[in-house]
Amino acid sequence: MKFSLKIVAACAVLLCQYSTFAQAQATAKVAKAPAETSGKLIKVAMIEGLSGPFGPVGQNQLKSYQFVADRLANTDKNPAGVKFEFVPFDSKSSPQEALVQLKAATDQGFRYITQGNGSAVAGALSDAVAKHNERNPGKEVIFLNYAAVDPALTNERCNFWHFRLDADTSMKMEALTSFMKDDPKVKNIYLINQNYSHGHQVVKYFKEGIARKRTDVKIVGEDLHPIGQVKDFSPYIAKIKASGADTVLTGNWGTDMTLLVKAMNDAGMKIALYVYYGGVSGTPTALAQGSDWNVSQIAISHSNFSGDEQALRNEFKKKFNDDYYTFQTYSAVAMLSQGMANAKSIDPVKVAAAMEDMTFKNYNGEVKMRKTDHQLQQPLFISKWTKATAKDPYSEENTGFNFANVKTIPAYVASTPTSCQMKRPS
Amino acid sequence: MCASFFVIMEFFTISLLNSISYGLLLFMLSSGLTLIFSMMGVLNFAHASFYMLGAFFAFTIAKLIGFWPALILAPVLVGLIGAGFERYFLRKVHALGHVPELLITFGLAFLLLELVQLIWGRTSVDYRIPPELDGPLFTVYGTQFPIYKAFMMMMALLMLASVGWLIKRTRIGLVIQAALTHPETVEALGHNVPRVFMLVFGGGAALAGLAGVIGGNAFVTEPGMAAAVGPVIFVVVVVGGLGSLAGAFLASLLIGIVQTFSVGIDASLLSALASMNMVLTPDTFGYQVLSLKVSQIAPIMPFLFLVLILIFRPKGLMGKREG
Amino acid sequence: MASKHSSSSQVYKFEPINVGRWLIWGLFALVLISAPLVFTSSLGQMILTQMGIVIIICLSYNILLGQGGMLSFGHAVYSGLGSFVAMHTLNAITAGSFLLPVSLVPLVGGLAGLFFAALFGSVTVKTAGTPFAMITLGIGELIWAMSLIFPGFFGGEAGVSGNRIAGSSSFGITFGPQIQLYYLSAFYLFICTALMFAFTRTPLGRILNAVRDNPERVEFVGYDTERVRYIAFMVAGFFAGIGGAIAALHFEIVTSENVSGARSTVYLLWTFLGGATFFFGAIIGGVMAVLAFVMFSELTKAWLLYLGLLFLFMVMYAPGGFAGLIMMNLRVAAFGFLRKLWVSYLALGVTAMVALLGASVMIEMIYHLQFDGALGDELKFLSMTFNAKNFDIWFGSGFLMLTGLGLFELCRKQFLQEWGEIQEDIENEIKRRQALS
Repeated sequence: MKFSLKIVAACAVLLCQYSTFAQAQATAKVAKAPAETSGKLIKVAMIEGLSGPFGPVGQNQLKSYQFVADRLANTDKNPAGVKFEFVPFDSKSSPQEALVQLKAATDQGFRYITQGNGSAVAGALSDAVAKHNERNPGKEVIFLNYAAVDPALTNERCNFWHFRLDADTSMKMEALTSFMKDDPKVKNIYLINQNYSHGHQVVKYFKEGIARKRTDVKIVGEDLHPIGQVKDFSPYIAKIKASGADTVLTGNWGTDMTLLVKAMNDAGMKIALYVYYGGVSGTPTALAQGSDWNVSQIAISHSNFSGDEQALRNEFKKKFNDDYYTFQTYSAVAMLSQGMANAKSIDPVKVAAAMEDMTFKNYNGEVKMRKTDHQLQQPLFISKWTKATAKDPYSEENTGFNFANVKTIPAYVASTPTSCQMKRPS
Repeated sequence: MCASFFVIMEFFTISLLNSISYGLLLFMLSSGLTLIFSMMGVLNFAHASFYMLGAFFAFTIAKLIGFWPALILAPVLVGLIGAGFERYFLRKVHALGHVPELLITFGLAFLLLELVQLIWGRTSVDYRIPPELDGPLFTVYGTQFPIYKAFMMMMALLMLASVGWLIKRTRIGLVIQAALTHPETVEALGHNVPRVFMLVFGGGAALAGLAGVIGGNAFVTEPGMAAAVGPVIFVVVVVGGLGSLAGAFLASLLIGIVQTFSVGIDASLLSALASMNMVLTPDTFGYQVLSLKVSQIAPIMPFLFLVLILIFRPKGLMGKREG
Repeated sequence: MASKHSSSSQVYKFEPINVGRWLIWGLFALVLISAPLVFTSSLGQMILTQMGIVIIICLSYNILLGQGGMLSFGHAVYSGLGSFVAMHTLNAITAGSFLLPVSLVPLVGGLAGLFFAALFGSVTVKTAGTPFAMITLGIGELIWAMSLIFPGFFGGEAGVSGNRIAGSSSFGITFGPQIQLYYLSAFYLFICTALMFAFTRTPLGRILNAVRDNPERVEFVGYDTERVRYIAFMVAGFFAGIGGAIAALHFEIVTSENVSGARSTVYLLWTFLGGATFFFGAIIGGVMAVLAFVMFSELTKAWLLYLGLLFLFMVMYAPGGFAGLIMMNLRVAAFGFLRKLWVSYLALGVTAMVALLGASVMIEMIYHLQFDGALGDELKFLSMTFNAKNFDIWFGSGFLMLTGLGLFELCRKQFLQEWGEIQEDIENEIKRRQALS
């Protein structure tokens, strides 16, 4: 009896020691954080379309941001030990409304803003942030662009306060055309895109890339449709059919992608599809309603990460019954935190200076924020729409399918040159 | 040569089928509007909002009971709302003139949009085609034509037939026809003209609601759907002639055909001139306009029609009554 | 101001200098000059500048709606095209290919508005009433749809942006700081208001009123109604263009939204709410528009819903807008009967507040459940905490709303009765004074 009591007491002591040890480990992680940043609340204004045709995408990304920030808070991906709060500002996907929200955010004292859906909006915000910072010294704002892939934002329109976390179209197209070069089935291509800067750039960079790599590939048609307005793509499908194309390439996203796929399903069109955004809200469900799809996606992520990233996706799905597909939110949080830790400050001017030319640990390995143009240098992935297997069990939007990685393109291969002549603040 | 003929035939046939189904949906919407206008002289700004309401009601009812009950219940609900609006709101401003009437229907449109956003949210809802109507009906040279679009066409034609029968063959229809042109006389004859007005307004709203039930799942059901289709049905009504049902039918088909086909035509004045061996350079005056492809100007075609009709034939294609 | 004369002895005439007029306009100028000294924050000055813009455009719209009886659903076309032309001019100034001080850019916008009004107006004013409204709607949609087709002029989805610090600056004024832009906008506001008010006093302005009231008779008197409306349309387009150009300078971005139907309906809504039948109604409308958009929208997500309800009830019960309500009560006060009404007004106010409280709590809870569900069931509103899933709160709020509505109806009937009696008394008093004079 006395012996067992001793054993119990010893176990209790052991447990206490262990929990203190574990606690010390956890605090030890945060204890590495500099005093100037540790525990500070960083409010980020997310100026995004949260209503209207692209509302579901923006709302998913808002949840993604907050979720990933909370989840990474006590890990080594948060070396500054800060706490992030993402506050939504509905831009209704309009550049003008986004600028109004920017004014509201800066008036409320926000120093960090983020946006991604719509390169037109991103361009307007980038210019407006530069103007604001010039006219209001001491109230500078950093703009984290997480999804607008128009190359102009890191070339002719680059500015010191803008940081791009997604791979831009020059990088994506370079990788995609290299992949298509080796596919003999691609002969006649049809390009259908949204009629704004992103869609125009997809067409431009594709034509350039494919001309260099496969001179025998013919572009049998191209269409630029108004963004977010077309509800019935069947006239476009008829046009594609009439052109005799065997492949369709599109940079469409959100509702435009979903409805395009829906129209293709309705018409029974079996054609190879090369896409940017196959995993965005609504599209996997539309894809699953058809059969025998041959879809290849170029992106900075895919469906079958292992380890912590997969756990993150599963937890997100359980909490929100929605998919976490915007990995750029992960990059944003990790990069900001590392930048703040390096700068030992949460002041945007110092953080911006620290973030450029910075290497940090990300979900896809070590990545670098290029100093010349503030474009994140990272690996790209080509994935294919495949049935989920035991090895790759993730099910996008509970369809039983996912985007399985077929080719990884390392960062140094994916990298493209830039013409940016950045003016830095003195 | 043979192959390209089939390609063109396929494009033509599929586009024709698509445009007829879209045009008939437009007709379902605009028929109510033109009826209301011809009876009461009120241009119902909120007509597209009734369309939106029908789609959202159908979404909720279909989720609870099923699509087929929704097909009947949703239009009835919308019709009741329309009749109620006429009785308690529109009637009060009828005496004040046309401007307040237009303003109050505009106010209703505004209010309905906000109410829908309040109840169902600001983004699209997942209103789906019922599984029994999902899938291809037949295949035309390799492209499938969905069952649902054929269903849409059938419902629209059924509706046209029944409204036409109602107006031409029943007693209430006769009263409505008479009240169309001589409301005071009809009232003098002892008919309850205000009640007839309420009926017509409610009926028009129900028609729009039915169009919403049918169209909401083929095209996306979202709060912006009223603003997207509203201007087009006004164009249809004016081009067809305010007050003419046959004109609305003609105009709907015309607009449907134009909008669907023009997307597929990449010809421009420039290419036409080029085929006549007249090549122009970007420096030529008006190059920007000449190089416009038909597919690029597809979105403005209906409004171009509207402006042209109002300049050259303000009565509309088959209009009887000047505005 | 378009007010009625009750009898010749009731109208004060200042001679030889119209002191009343100088006083009012002087006060107006004083308010404009001193406003930014009271509201010193950047946000405050931004609001003031925006008010200036919207007031100019609403006043120009009122030339059509209030004075001409022309309901236009496409007025944003003229202000928007003015914005686009102004922005292109600004960019040309920045590039050095066009020499013009930035302060004169609004005039360019005005001329653009005038040009397009002349162009489209020739077709638009051929009709009146409902077809007129239709064609303005059609042209509005046409121009808006064109914005994607001519990206050179409209800038496509991204629109056209510019920098208002452009060209040469005189006296060190660059219009970069908000306060400098405010004074520019205030200056144009004062001039435009004065000009538009003067327009209402000209013979053309009076004939326009006549065309609104009885076009057939005007034709018989010998005036061409179509010509009168055409000129009014162009004048309205001119001033709308000026407002649009100042907006281009303020926001430094112009997109297709500036010519959209949604923008037109905003102008329509607020001009009507302010009061279309009085000149200063549009001023009230413009001020309210900006305040509602900036401040009211912060209070509650449902502000557009309240706005829609307000609009609906104004159309039915107070078609003269807020200006009309003010003038009606001023008239009652002038005869000394306002004291009798204050109890009724109080009752109306209180019951409305009760109903509003109940309704707004329910609306806030619905919005909370919809959007912020992830943040839990509790929401804060009016510094009180509510649990959105608690049925008691729903029942209580619903009960409150229905009770409030019922009581409001009772008070309203009582108020209408009293109002009717007072109007009768006023009429009798007028007759009495006329008999005496």
